[in-house]
Amino acid sequence: MKNILFIEDEAVMQKAVSEFLGANGYRVISALDGELGVNLARQNPPDLILLDIILPKKSGFDVLEDLKKDEKTKSIPIIVLTNLSQMSDVSKMMEMGITTYLVKSEQSLQNIANIVEQTLGGEK
Amino acid sequence: MKRFFKNFFDQINVIGQCRKYNLPLRQCPQFLFLVMGNVNVVAMITAYFVGIRYDSDPEKLMLVVISLATAIFIISFIIVRSFEQLAEANRLKTEFVNIVSHQIRSPLTNLKWIVEILTSGILGNAEKKQTEYFKILKENLERMQKLVSELLTVSRIEATKLILKKENFFLQNIANDLVKEFEPISKSSNVKIKTDFADKTPQVNGDPFQVLQVLENLLYNAVRYIGFASGDIARGKEPGEVLVKIYGKGRFVFCEVIDNGIGIPKEDQKYIFQKFFRADNVRRYQTGGSGLGLYIAKNIIDHSGGKIGFTSCQGKGTTFWFKLPAATNKKM
Repeated sequence: MKNILFIEDEAVMQKAVSEFLGANGYRVISALDGELGVNLARQNPPDLILLDIILPKKSGFDVLEDLKKDEKTKSIPIIVLTNLSQMSDVSKMMEMGITTYLVKSEQSLQNIANIVEQTLGGEK
Repeated sequence: MKRFFKNFFDQINVIGQCRKYNLPLRQCPQFLFLVMGNVNVVAMITAYFVGIRYDSDPEKLMLVVISLATAIFIISFIIVRSFEQLAEANRLKTEFVNIVSHQIRSPLTNLKWIVEILTSGILGNAEKKQTEYFKILKENLERMQKLVSELLTVSRIEATKLILKKENFFLQNIANDLVKEFEPISKSSNVKIKTDFADKTPQVNGDPFQVLQVLENLLYNAVRYIGFASGDIARGKEPGEVLVKIYGKGRFVFCEVIDNGIGIPKEDQKYIFQKFFRADNVRRYQTGGSGLGLYIAKNIIDHSGGKIGFTSCQGKGTTFWFKLPAATNKKM
């Protein structure tokens, strides 16, 4: 079973995404702040990371920087899931090496699950 | 003392103040104050030379010049302060809309996703009545999200932060996909959507996501405001018609959305692209709708180097059109 680390401070979103992806055959590990997210990723590297940008303790940008510097985590595919949709934010994240950038309010859970499946090469 | 000088230099930094209020130079309060200052100096000199011709008494002359200068200074100060307050209120309003729209997005997304889980079947199948109400909940959430999205776009337009990610693409492809997406809505509105794409129409240069928004808005209006015409003109159960035409002409690619709907009253036509405007004949039948769609569409097309317009006859129908710069020689 593929492991997905979901770094998101909104508890309801954590619950919804975990429930939906769980029903689609993934194991979802939750982190409610950036610092915890980085620690969990280092301790037990997941198969994919879903990352919000506005986070307590450490922002999504800083989390991304830390993950990309670390040998253990630098090649984990990262999907940014956020409500920030300004082109400057998108470009910045793409340059930092994320797989894709999704604006939460424009996505359904099914879309997110499809993109996760595509990113993991159809494996669950 | 340091803060005093900082505030003083901030106030006289005309370019900085223009940027803060996002205004052109000629509307910037500080620039206007400088202009009025110069007008005051010119008025004083003129008053002196005119006054000296009629009365050489220096005391009287001084009194006249100083009184005139003081009056002009007070009036210009009042006018400029009013401008500054208006500019500040406008800036705060834009910032407020931006912040609130962002904050509302999260709880709306939460609700949308929870409803998706409830209707997905992963928690067990809901009863028929429950499914019906979940559907209503989902539709209204989508309505709210659309409104929030539009408000955010409007605030970006006003802050001149609307950034277009331009590329070359075929408008016909976007139109085709959109017409397919509209099948359920057009069916339930008893409207037939047809397409007419000319051969060898070149690609356009623009932001495909933004142009999709424009076309979606025009098509949605065309379909929505046809339904009422069948009742008004008593055509019975004949379906309404919407035609989407795309063709190249000169250096541009044109797109027309033609409907045989209720049309736009002549007296409302000059306001149609204004923010929050909705024509009377539309509001009578449907109270929903933000009145922002066409304002946003016009800004997107203008920013893309194109133009948007319409022709309409009340009771007969409307043609909305827009043109975008053609791209390379790649033709479909």
